[in-house]
Amino acid sequence: MYNAGKIIIGIIIFVGLVTFPFIFAGGKATAKPDPKIDTPEILKMPENERKCVESKSFMKKEHMQLLNDWRDWVVRDGNTIYTNAEGKTFNMSLQNTCMKCHSNKKKFCDECHNYTAVKPYCWDCHIAPKEKES
Amino acid sequence: MGLIFSFFTVVALGVIVFIGVKAADMRYLFGVIIPYAAFFAFLIGIIYRILQWARVPVPFRIPTTAGQGKSFPWIKQNTIDNPFTSIGVIIRMTLEVLLFRSLFRNTRAELRDGPKLSYGSTKWLWLGGLAFHYAFLIILIRHLRFFLEPVPLPIEIVEALDGFFQVGAPVLYITNLIFLGAVTFLFLRRVVIPQVRYISLAADYFPLFLIGAIGVTGVLMRYFLKTDVVGIKELTMGLITFSPVIPQTIGTIFYIHLFLVSALFAYFPMSKLMHMAGVFLSPTRNLANNNRAVMHVNPWNYPVKAHTYDEYEDEFRNVMKEAGLPVEKE
Repeated sequence: MYNAGKIIIGIIIFVGLVTFPFIFAGGKATAKPDPKIDTPEILKMPENERKCVESKSFMKKEHMQLLNDWRDWVVRDGNTIYTNAEGKTFNMSLQNTCMKCHSNKKKFCDECHNYTAVKPYCWDCHIAPKEKES
Repeated sequence: MGLIFSFFTVVALGVIVFIGVKAADMRYLFGVIIPYAAFFAFLIGIIYRILQWARVPVPFRIPTTAGQGKSFPWIKQNTIDNPFTSIGVIIRMTLEVLLFRSLFRNTRAELRDGPKLSYGSTKWLWLGGLAFHYAFLIILIRHLRFFLEPVPLPIEIVEALDGFFQVGAPVLYITNLIFLGAVTFLFLRRVVIPQVRYISLAADYFPLFLIGAIGVTGVLMRYFLKTDVVGIKELTMGLITFSPVIPQTIGTIFYIHLFLVSALFAYFPMSKLMHMAGVFLSPTRNLANNNRAVMHVNPWNYPVKAHTYDEYEDEFRNVMKEAGLPVEKE
């Protein structure tokens, strides 16, 4: 092999970069997020009425799109009433509608957002609910 | 021919996963076994190729001399484009790898009425190539959020900058637009310019289609079809920590994306994409132009039996004297 020193240094750098995530994790399993929906407001409701504005699967996939639409409809179009797939109406408000039930931002929103490094800019303008440090 | 073959190969790769996951439920195969296999093929394949290359002797130095070489002291040398020292070579290589300077010098020849041959500078390939590579790099760095837990701050910063304009939700990444635009440009360039089309093979189209398809599936997954991101990170972290899990909530689009990426990884070492490593080993770039100052010994020289003049004279001195020839030693 010619220029063995330089070639080997190059290969070591390459292997280091490519295997970095494996080394960083160190083979230790990481905790997966466990969002909680056990706020007092939700627990007060009867079991069969514990529903979000849309179905759970829709909310899981599309909540960011829905919130974005809500903002545009309220702030830009002045339309404040949302009618869901079942015909029920809601006041389009993050702080008054969403956070009324989901008052546990840390255990509900942040749990998954932190895990996947998503930084929504909701709280640049809105006031996050006060929570007791646990 | 190469174009159609490559296109349908990539389509077939997507269809295989779609059927495999939808009909046969081979999630473990596509989510765990193939990614691991592709990763090791990538790692071992690249090291093997580099070692193969390193076995080839370094030739007599043939650096391109794109500037004034070292000469008399009153002639100003271009130390980067015609380096004489290792430091010059390092600067030249760094600029080459990071800014693609040799592509920047790209020229186009045109035959005009007259007939006259004219040359002009053309920077489009350089610009498209640079946009493509840097967008790809940022996308790669951004994807580390799925492979590191907790996610380090630099990755969050890259992601925040990439989504700087805060368009829509999930936030639109600027690199996604640049990436798809650049891939499209690099593809159209091959098809539209007749000379480039003439020299384009399946080996050129296939990586383009594959990388383009990876981009398209990624964009579909993020902005349109949407799937369980938390589940995806559970899967990737399972792979990283060697304790694979397959959350059932992940959509088929993810497996298509992952399989295409696996195909790219496995294909990498045996393709032209090896220029990633090869750029560091280009003899026209990584050698100093010091031919006249440094003795080059050809590596495959065998020992030559030499007979010097001194030895010759020692052998024939008497005969030479008799013949009246001048000798150096009496």
